[in-house]
Amino acid sequence: MANFTPLSAAIGGALIGLSTVLLMLLTGRIAGISGIFAGLLNVGSDDKGWRIAFIAGLILVPVIAGWIGYGMAPPKLPASWAIIVAAGLLVGFGARLGGGCTSGHGICGIGRLSVRSIAATIVFMVTAVITVAVSRHMLGG
Amino acid sequence: MKTVSETISRIIAPLLCGLIFGTGLLVSGMIQPTKVLGFLDILGAWDPSLAVVMAAALAVAAPGFMLARQRARPVLAGQYFLPGKSEIDAPLVLGAGLFGIGWGLVGLCPGPALESLATLSPGVMVFVVAMAGGMFLHGKWQASRPAVPRDAPIVHATDG
Repeated sequence: MANFTPLSAAIGGALIGLSTVLLMLLTGRIAGISGIFAGLLNVGSDDKGWRIAFIAGLILVPVIAGWIGYGMAPPKLPASWAIIVAAGLLVGFGARLGGGCTSGHGICGIGRLSVRSIAATIVFMVTAVITVAVSRHMLGG
Repeated sequence: MKTVSETISRIIAPLLCGLIFGTGLLVSGMIQPTKVLGFLDILGAWDPSLAVVMAAALAVAAPGFMLARQRARPVLAGQYFLPGKSEIDAPLVLGAGLFGIGWGLVGLCPGPALESLATLSPGVMVFVVAMAGGMFLHGKWQASRPAVPRDAPIVHATDG
């Protein structure tokens, strides 16, 4: 557990929780990122403004952090483009079919004590753990 | 002309929430796929940080949502937009299962992927385009099926 960073994890987690509560309390919306993003792809929908504003806020954070000297390193991703594309397709399709992602189900849904979200979170945690176990320890990736 | 409160509701409040959410992902380290995969890799050098992030987020979110529920309506909007479904069904389980496979393959989920666009990383851009493609395919697939009566209007048909 050499990589364990409990303090920054707790502070960051509390901020994520605060964001979901503020969005609900102020605008009545669930801070599920896949749902917010998917609404932007919906041609003809007229509630894009708040979605664009939220995602703009997300993207601005590393930019502002960079200005004050805490820029983030580009994420380390697999070398294979095929894996990146497959993963993106699965994440996008699966989040829509399952009605949410790590934020919508894992934080907002469980926070509202939704049985559906608790089930979804258990399922995606299990398949993600199996995927990592197979790709890292059985296929040697 | 838009009123001041409508501008705050539609632009300023969501922007502020996006900034706070993004700061949480950055501070917690969950913006980095290596950190996420460290949690998912229970057979390797396991890193429990993601569990602490979720626990801390829920410790704030659960009482916060209870507080919100006590209000008849949100501060800046006319109504809450809450999911209408309550039963566990096949699409939920199948969708979550597929989502987890994709998440485990690279360690990116939608929030960190969108936030990481700020780094202009080509891999992240390709991931986000593929993610949008997956959502688009889902929409096409839904539209091609015979209309299934839903127990709730479209805005309520999604959990998050």
